[in-house]
Amino acid sequence: MSETQPLAAGGPDDERIKEQGGFRKWLIRPELGGIVGVIAVFVFFGILAGDSGMFNAQGIMNWSQISAQFMIIAVGACMLMVAGEFDLSVGSMIGFAGISIAMFGVVWGLPMWLAIVITFAICLTIGAINGIIVVRTGLPSFIVTLAFLFILRGFTIFVPQTVESRTIIGGIEEAAEGDWLAALFNTDLAGWFFVWLADIGLVDTFTRGTREGEPVISGLPMLIVWAIVLVIAGHIILTRTKYGNWIFAAGGDAQAARYVGVPVDRVKISMFMTTAFCATVFACVQVFEFGSAAADRGILKEFEAIIAVVIGGALLTGGYGSVMGAALGALIFGVVQQGLFFADVESSLFRVFLGIILLFAVVLNTYIRRIITGER
Amino acid sequence: MNAFFKTMAVTAVSAVALMGATAVHAEGERYVLVSHAPDSDSWWNTIRNALALAGEQMDVEVEYRNPPTGDIADMARLIEQAAASGPDGIITTLADPTVLSDSIQAAVDAGVDVIIMNSGTPEQAREVGALMYVGQPEYDAGFAAGQRASGDGVTNFLCVNHVISNPVVAERCQGFADGLGVELGESMIDAGQDPQEIQNRVMAYLNANPETDGILALGPTSADPTILALEELGLAGDIYFGTFDLGENIVSAIRDGVINWGIDQQPFLQAYLPVVVMTNYHRYGVLPGNNINSGPGFITADGLELVEALAGEYR
Repeated sequence: MSETQPLAAGGPDDERIKEQGGFRKWLIRPELGGIVGVIAVFVFFGILAGDSGMFNAQGIMNWSQISAQFMIIAVGACMLMVAGEFDLSVGSMIGFAGISIAMFGVVWGLPMWLAIVITFAICLTIGAINGIIVVRTGLPSFIVTLAFLFILRGFTIFVPQTVESRTIIGGIEEAAEGDWLAALFNTDLAGWFFVWLADIGLVDTFTRGTREGEPVISGLPMLIVWAIVLVIAGHIILTRTKYGNWIFAAGGDAQAARYVGVPVDRVKISMFMTTAFCATVFACVQVFEFGSAAADRGILKEFEAIIAVVIGGALLTGGYGSVMGAALGALIFGVVQQGLFFADVESSLFRVFLGIILLFAVVLNTYIRRIITGER
Repeated sequence: MNAFFKTMAVTAVSAVALMGATAVHAEGERYVLVSHAPDSDSWWNTIRNALALAGEQMDVEVEYRNPPTGDIADMARLIEQAAASGPDGIITTLADPTVLSDSIQAAVDAGVDVIIMNSGTPEQAREVGALMYVGQPEYDAGFAAGQRASGDGVTNFLCVNHVISNPVVAERCQGFADGLGVELGESMIDAGQDPQEIQNRVMAYLNANPETDGILALGPTSADPTILALEELGLAGDIYFGTFDLGENIVSAIRDGVINWGIDQQPFLQAYLPVVVMTNYHRYGVLPGNNINSGPGFITADGLELVEALAGEYR
C-alpha cells in the first residue's frame, strides 16, 4: 500500500518510510518457508515416486483433495493464530457439525438447506462462546478450547446415541437430493473439461462397470473450490483491509492495539467464529460427499490445521503469518502424507517425516526472520 | 517474483526429467490392504503379520494402510489413493458401505481387483463389484457352533448377549438355536455391559431355568462374568459352555475345562487368503467360486498351546 502513503511530516526523507530493497522485502515474507518447502517436496516426490501414479490424474486429484481439506481448516486456524489465539476444538467441531446436519436433516426431517443453516448458526455461536470466554476471563485459549474439544465430542456421541442408538447416521445423500444449498458443498464442476482431457488421453477412463468409458475424474470437486475461495478471501481480508490490520495488531500487542482504538475483543471473537465457520464448511463438504456423518470424524484435525499454519510461517505467539503461507503449508502436508504412500514408505514413518518437516520449517522461518529483521 | 517463477519452472523441468529416469517398483504383483482400524487397535497386528507372510510366500509386494484415527472418511481417501497407484489388487474392509462403496466401486471400474475382508457381507461385497468376501458370517458361525453343541448333547441353552443393539451380533444366537434345532425364544438375554449385572443376570436365569445345559457367550465382555457366575453356582465345568472370540480369561477357562471351546474368526486367514487368491487369479486365472469363511475356527483345550504361543502374532 506504499503507493497511497501520504507524505509524512518529515518529508520524503523521513526514516519511518525508508525504502527496503525488493529482495529483502521478499525474504521477510512469511510465505518464504512455504514456497521453499513446496518446491522441495515436489522435487523430492518427483524423484522418489514420479512413476508410481502420484502424478497421474487420479493421484493428483487424491493429494489435491487431501491438501484442500487441510487448507479449509488452516485458513481459519491461521487468521486466529495471527490474532494471537489457538483453537483446539476444530476437530471436534467437524464431527459435531456433521452429526448436527444429519440429526436435523435426516433424523428430524428438516429440509437439508435449513439443517445446514441451523448447523452454521449453532457452530458460529459456539465459536463466539469460545472467544467470549477467552477475552472475558483472560484464560489461555489453549485451555478454553481444550475444554470445548471434549464438550463437543461428548455431545457428538451422546445425541445420536440417545436419539437413534447409533453413532453413524447415513441416508444424507437421499435427504439432500436436489437441495440447492447442499449442492454448494458437493457438486463436480466442469465435467466437460475432464471428458475432453480423457479424449486427448491425459486422464484415464473406467475400463468396466456402468461408467465404462467415462473419465476417472468426473469434475472439479467443491472441496477444492471451497479451499481456493477461502484462501483468497482470507488473504484479501488479512492483507488488503483495515480489519486485517486490526487482526495483526490484536495478535501482536493487544494492549498497544487497544490504546490506538482497535476493538481487540471483537476482533478475537470474530476470529474464533472464523475457525468455527471453516470447520463447519469442512464438515458439510465431507458429509455431502460421503453421505453419512459419524461421531468420530475429525479427530486430531485441530493439530493438523496448526501444523499446516506453522509450516506456512505463522508465529505461535501471534501477530505474524499469512493465509497464503498456511495454504502452502497445507499443500506440503497433503503432498507429504499422500506422497509417502506412493513412494512406498511404511505409513507409520509418515509422522516421523512430518515432525522433521515441522521442526525444520519452524527453525528455518525463525532463523531467516531473525537475520533479516535484526531481531534478537 | 519473476526469479521465483523461473526457479519453479526449472525445478519442474528437472523433476519431470528425473521422473523418467527412476524405476521404483520391482516386478511382481502388488496388493494393498486398507483397513478401518485406528493405530491403537492391536487386534489388527495379526492381519499385518499374516499379510507380510503371504507376500513373502507368494513373492508379491504387499502394503498395509489404515486411517491413523480410524476415521472412515480418511479411509475412503486411502482407497482412492491406493487405486491411483495402480496396484493389481486392493483388499479392504467394508466398515461403512455408505462412505466406502463409491471409492471401492471406482477402483473396481478402473480395473483394480478388490476383495472384501472382515467387515461387510457377501451381498455387500457383490454390490461393490468385489471378487469375493473373506470373513466370518455371523449366522453361519453360530449355526456351526449350534451343530457342534447338539452333537455334544446340549438341548436347552442360554445366549448371553452384551451387545443387544447390534443386530448382526444377535445373528450368532439365532444361528446357534437353529444349529441346535430348538427355538431361540427366551433363551437370549440382554445382559448389558456391566460385569456385575451380567453375572447376576446369568445366575438369575440359571436359577429360574434349571434345565439349561448349555451357554453361549458372544465375546469376552459377556464370557468373563459368566465364568464367575458358574463358579458361584458351583456349575463350573458341569455345564456346556462356548464363547465367541478369545481373551486371557477365556483361554485359561478353556485350559481349566470351564469353557469347552472359543470361536475364533481367524484374522490370519482374512489377510492371508485374499493375497493367495488374487495372486493365483492374476497368474493362472483361477478363482474359487464362492466367498470364503475365515471362521468359525474352534479353539479347544487340545489346540491351546499353539494359540497361547502365537497369540497376538498369528492367532
